[in-house]
Amino acid sequence: MAEVSIRNVSKSYGDNEVLHGVSAEVKDGEFIVIVGPSGCGKSTLLRMVAGLEEITSGKISIGGRVVNNIEPKDRDIAMVFQNYALYPHMSVFNNMAYGLKLKGLPRDEIRRRVEEAAKTLQLEDYLGRKPRQLSGGQRQRVAMGRAIVRNPAVFLFDEPLSNLDAKLRVQMRVEIRKLQHRLGVTSLYVTHDQVEAMTMGDRLIVLHDGHAEQIGAPMELYENPATRFVAGFIGSPAMNFMEAEVSDQKAHIGGEAALPCPPGAPGGKVVIGVRPEHFALAEDGAAGLKIHVDVVEALGPDTLVHGHIAGQSEDIVIKFHGSPRFAVDSIIAVKAPPEKIYFFDPGTGRRL
Amino acid sequence: MIEKRPLANAISHTVLILGVLVVAFPIWVTFVAASHDAVRMTQVPLPLLPGGHFWENLKYAFSKGVGNAREISVGMMLLNSLIMAMMIAVGKIAISLLSAFAIVYFRFPFRMGFFWMIFITLMLPVEVRIIPTYKVVADLGMLDNYWGLSIPLIASATATFMFRQVFLTIPDELLEAARIDGAGPMRFFKDILVPMSRTNIAALFVILFIYGWNQYLWPLLITTDKSMYTIVMGIKNMLEAAEEAPEWHLIMMSALLAMLPPIVVVVGMQKLFIRGLTETEK
Ligand SMILES: Nc1ncnc2c1ncn2[C@@H]1O[C@H](COP(=O)(O)OP(=O)(O)OP(=O)(O)O)[C@@H](O)[C@H]1O
Ligand SMILES: [Mg+2]
Repeated sequence: MAEVSIRNVSKSYGDNEVLHGVSAEVKDGEFIVIVGPSGCGKSTLLRMVAGLEEITSGKISIGGRVVNNIEPKDRDIAMVFQNYALYPHMSVFNNMAYGLKLKGLPRDEIRRRVEEAAKTLQLEDYLGRKPRQLSGGQRQRVAMGRAIVRNPAVFLFDEPLSNLDAKLRVQMRVEIRKLQHRLGVTSLYVTHDQVEAMTMGDRLIVLHDGHAEQIGAPMELYENPATRFVAGFIGSPAMNFMEAEVSDQKAHIGGEAALPCPPGAPGGKVVIGVRPEHFALAEDGAAGLKIHVDVVEALGPDTLVHGHIAGQSEDIVIKFHGSPRFAVDSIIAVKAPPEKIYFFDPGTGRRL
Repeated sequence: MIEKRPLANAISHTVLILGVLVVAFPIWVTFVAASHDAVRMTQVPLPLLPGGHFWENLKYAFSKGVGNAREISVGMMLLNSLIMAMMIAVGKIAISLLSAFAIVYFRFPFRMGFFWMIFITLMLPVEVRIIPTYKVVADLGMLDNYWGLSIPLIASATATFMFRQVFLTIPDELLEAARIDGAGPMRFFKDILVPMSRTNIAALFVILFIYGWNQYLWPLLITTDKSMYTIVMGIKNMLEAAEEAPEWHLIMMSALLAMLPPIVVVVGMQKLFIRGLTETEK
């Protein structure tokens, strides 16, 4: 068990700086998800914690010990890779046992640990098989097993579920969370999937272009995004953004319609954000925001309406409960509660 | 091919059978000749059916020498060839594995320089550098021994490249997983790279063993001591019997024996060999 502390860590490849001073404190036993779009530096950050990538500047410590110059094997970590990185010529048993053998643990201790992990992960029947004789989900579990048997202070996961099909992904997501909860091992989990991030993490680090945009609990980020990027990234479907002119506690969108704003709303030109699930049909048609319906997706419990507002560059997605019917190319009028409207600086993207 | 076309089938079979006959006939003649005695082999027409002296000739070959190579038995020459071919094959594989490992996994100064140096040796086969190589081997006192027979033939750019390609297909994550597991470089090499290249090693072994077995020019040059003769050059020597006519029945028996080890190697490693040349799944 250990806390991980990342202090002002940067990474450059030659002249190309890909992480610009990221800081985060991970508490003992916490499950932290590092999330962000492709290429934002998630893997790089994780690999620096693992010791697979040199730290250009800043400090990383695990359990109070600065590990900048410590070999991966001595950092007391275990890592699960996206492609699992199982040793293809070794049996499942040996895949899990390899690290322990190199540590010089006695045979029966190795056997005991591997069998225990296999039991936890329901791999007992496959211990003699080679990785290529396993399904994707089983391989994933072997990779997990290899991490568990080491009994590390920190688990590192780099998109471990992205090679699985959607259903299995949901299942493994829960499994990993349960397992981590039971073992109580501090975990850093990288994903680009915001649903995974929201459902798994105690706290999230949202990375964007090598910056930590915001760090916080999932609901905190959902309710209180610090930037337009975080607001757009967390939540599915993503938040809708509209250019607006605020005056008299009203946000004028495209000149014609207006949404009422909460008291104390910033004035002038802003970008306003409304989540798809916060829109509702305006009872009094005339007062609402007019949306031109382009596509209607009935999902069962919900219905998604994709549409656009005249004069706005970004399309609008609205999520209605149940299955109301809308005709394509019709115009619907919607409203949003004032306290659910977010205001962002059009230039910097900061929340106002 | 699922479609049935009788004519095409007949033609392709004819061609294949003819091909087999062309390859097999000389071997048959060799076998037949090895089973007759000296007298029969000097009469025309030459026999096309086996005679009754096969075991006798075989026993002779393992105990005594023939023709100009009378001082060394055929059996000893086979042993020399075997040792030389094994040293070359194993040596080449060991050296190439290590150099490919160094080139792919280590960042050292002049890495690309070394890479190109190895590459350039492709242009310098033994035949081209034979005189300087002879000089070096002679100065090192390796004439007339197994080291001299094999070491100059061991360096191999081709095998190095092959292993380099194999290593490049192994995902980096495997190295990283091994590092986290606590494997140092040589551990990683021994526990992961070598076992993963198993089929390629087998394929290469077959090719290199035959290459070593068939060496003619180099052994001819550096062995003066007849006890170091290899079978391939030995057969040539048997033909140059000073006064008498060549003892064809014994020469053919030697030739027959010389063919055996490569066949054993090919047949024995056939499965791995084919997997090594075709398998890409890693
Ligand atoms: N070895 C390298 N040399 C140079 N640039 C690199 C190297 N590795 C990564 N980068 C760059 O660093 C940036 C971050 O890469 P990283 O792999 O951390 O992204 P990521 O967030 O994990 O993306 P993904 O979700 O696609 O895995 C990328 O722009 C990438 O091009
Ligand atoms: Mg990545």
